[in-house]
Amino acid sequence: MSGGTLNLLIGLAMGLNLLALGSSRLPSLIRSMSLQGVVLGLMPLLMEPERLDWRVVAVALATMAGKGIVIPWLLRRAMRAANIERELQPFLGYVPSLLLGAGGTIAAVALAQALPLLPEHAGTLLVPGAIASMLTGFILLIGRAKAISQVCGYLILENGIYLFGLLLIHSTPLLLESGILLDVTVGVFVTGIIVDRIQRAFDSLDTRKLTTLRE
Amino acid sequence: MISFLGFLLRLAFWLLVAPLLPGIINKVKAWVAGRRGPPTLQLYYDLAKLWRKGVVLSTLASPGFVAGPAVAWVALISAAMLMPLGAAGGALSFRGDVLLLIYLLALARFCTAWAAMETGSAFEGMGAAREVSYAVLSEAALFAAVLALGIHTGSVSLVTMLSPMAGAGALLLAAGLFTVLLAENCRVPFDDPNTHLELTMIHEVMVLDHSGPPLAVILHGASVKLLLFTLLLVQAVLPMGGLSSAGAAGALAAGVLGVTVAVGLVESLMARLAFRRVPLLLTTAFLFCLFALLMAWKGGA
Repeated sequence: MSGGTLNLLIGLAMGLNLLALGSSRLPSLIRSMSLQGVVLGLMPLLMEPERLDWRVVAVALATMAGKGIVIPWLLRRAMRAANIERELQPFLGYVPSLLLGAGGTIAAVALAQALPLLPEHAGTLLVPGAIASMLTGFILLIGRAKAISQVCGYLILENGIYLFGLLLIHSTPLLLESGILLDVTVGVFVTGIIVDRIQRAFDSLDTRKLTTLRE
Repeated sequence: MISFLGFLLRLAFWLLVAPLLPGIINKVKAWVAGRRGPPTLQLYYDLAKLWRKGVVLSTLASPGFVAGPAVAWVALISAAMLMPLGAAGGALSFRGDVLLLIYLLALARFCTAWAAMETGSAFEGMGAAREVSYAVLSEAALFAAVLALGIHTGSVSLVTMLSPMAGAGALLLAAGLFTVLLAENCRVPFDDPNTHLELTMIHEVMVLDHSGPPLAVILHGASVKLLLFTLLLVQAVLPMGGLSSAGAAGALAAGVLGVTVAVGLVESLMARLAFRRVPLLLTTAFLFCLFALLMAWKGGA
């Protein structure tokens, strides 16, 4: 029964991947990224309602708060502090990156059946959803020039890995989950500071200008 | 005899209810903007006024100038007859009727574009070119949505395709079909139905040279098309088959009203997209429907 709701949410996450690939403005990219984080945070609560214990609830709540509120807030603050334009500068056009993402998702759905999964996970779309999010993250990392949009790509990549980790939610210790979440938050926090520094040093957040070393 | 009466009732429903939807959209827009707005029944008055007026015909135009809108209107009404209405089903229902529905919509579009080019105005030719080039993408999305529904239910008949909920891809399908609805009916992110500025129009351009009864037929056909897409969206997403007939009728009415209000809100809160951004949004809609297809294929119910 909960499999249907779970697949619905994974479908929503896949749709948000598309929105992230197609959005041309930083705020909308951040919004779809954080909404995806909240959707993923809901999933552990729905996966096995009868085996719900406080660890799972804690992980879910921490994920939703971290990805839905704290990280977007940090990114928006960095964006305001560095006073950057909202327009993204893509290396890859929006339509090509959308098509790449769609092709990746189709491949993920088609190939996931070849993987040896446990029978209780065979009916869900967890693995294809995870691979699709990771590919989307890669495309954003490669195809966008602004540092903040690359951070968003990294976070979507992390969302994919989190989705993969849901397969093992009852075997991974709480320490590991919270450690990953803490790392991500601190990573975004540090990037916020770095973004400000890059902006001051180079008057731009274009990572293409960071390829040459200078004194 | 009973079925003939039912057919007439259904025809009357489509003819009479359809012009209500643009009125509701305009009311919502006026309400958001703090105006009083035109009466909800404005389109009925407009249609009655246009019907009484004479027709101005260009000496260049062939009979296709009048035949185009007429054929388009008949095609749209026939497509409407195929669309099931909740528990009542469709007036006609057979295996593969969904394909006929899509082709009737395409025929209507072809006839409108044809009639637009009859007067030989370059401006209308431009509008027709825009209309059909966007249609390429929105039709692809519609096909993907129909395929998703077909695979989900294992059927190619509209009545069985639309009765259960769309399964795991329901949210994606709703987003995709809503975007297709906006694009096909020339609503705001794609086209602004209010503007008469030459550079921004798509659909309005094509009907500029029409007047009197042909224009009335075009406007009525457009409202029928809006109701058709709204019903398709609502029935694809809501589980119509699980409800009693009264419940289904209520859910259908509420769903249509909800979608219409949503169109009005989108129109009030969003600006028109620049032309070069439109293909991107339509591609996104196509991919939404494609992902719904994937979910129907792999995700199951």
